[in-house]
Amino acid sequence: MNGDALRVELGRRYRFVASHRLHSQRLTEEENYRVFGKCNNPYGHGHNYVLEVSLSGRIDPATGMIANLADLDAFVERHVLEEFDHRSLNEDVAAFRHKVPTTENLCIEIFHRLKHFPHAQLELVRIQETGNNSFEYAGNTEGDRL
Amino acid sequence: MVLLTRKIEFSASHFYHNPNLSAEENRRIFGKCNNPHGHGHNYTLEVTVAGEPDPVTGMVLDLKELKEILESEVMKRMDHRHLNYEVPELAGQIPTCENIARVIWQLLEPRITQGKLHRVRLYESPDLFADCYRNGASGAGN
Repeated sequence: MNGDALRVELGRRYRFVASHRLHSQRLTEEENYRVFGKCNNPYGHGHNYVLEVSLSGRIDPATGMIANLADLDAFVERHVLEEFDHRSLNEDVAAFRHKVPTTENLCIEIFHRLKHFPHAQLELVRIQETGNNSFEYAGNTEGDRL
Repeated sequence: MVLLTRKIEFSASHFYHNPNLSAEENRRIFGKCNNPHGHGHNYTLEVTVAGEPDPVTGMVLDLKELKEILESEVMKRMDHRHLNYEVPELAGQIPTCENIARVIWQLLEPRITQGKLHRVRLYESPDLFADCYRNGASGAGN
């Protein structure tokens, strides 16, 4: 069997905890409350987020790896976890000063931060906001793929 | 098309070492996974088969049959084994999650005659896994 006809992706999960408030500057107070409900509480609330990333690439025959986990972990730590973990997404992450920090937008923001990982191709960012909600972004908007 | 997934768990030991590299390089690249005495994992394997349900049985394939295939191809070869020494299909390869997933794909694909093997996902731990697809089939990134 020809192994090259197969595609292998590496998947890795990370965890961070953060608070957010869903509030759009384009909506009135009343509309915000109607749209976002209890997520609009001005004091915010938090989640234990689970971030899952999938990467594709050639398996290096010398190491058996698509990417060295130490490199990937350090990259995710530096570009995402350091800035997001134990923070307020609204107050502490510049991208969400004027954008609602829904988990949809969080997926897109994290995809943009991780797509420059030099050792493999980022395929997918999946974020579990709670055990019952998860969101995925594969960079399918124009210009997101390398 | 319907996707059907069956999960099994097996336990195995392994270590990472490339004999073409120096001892120092092995330690630098593989870190604690280079310990020559090995270490082990509880692996979780999810096998997904794609197909149309048979009009008579309503099944993509008989789960009993899939269970037997997984038993003979994966459990007998890998469960409670040392992946570096006891699995000939992995000989000459570093037994990373990526390589094991690919070997499992190669073992299973010819055995699945009803439906088509769609994805092999192998978890080494809840936070680390590898997915194997046939190129061109839709994966996470397609």
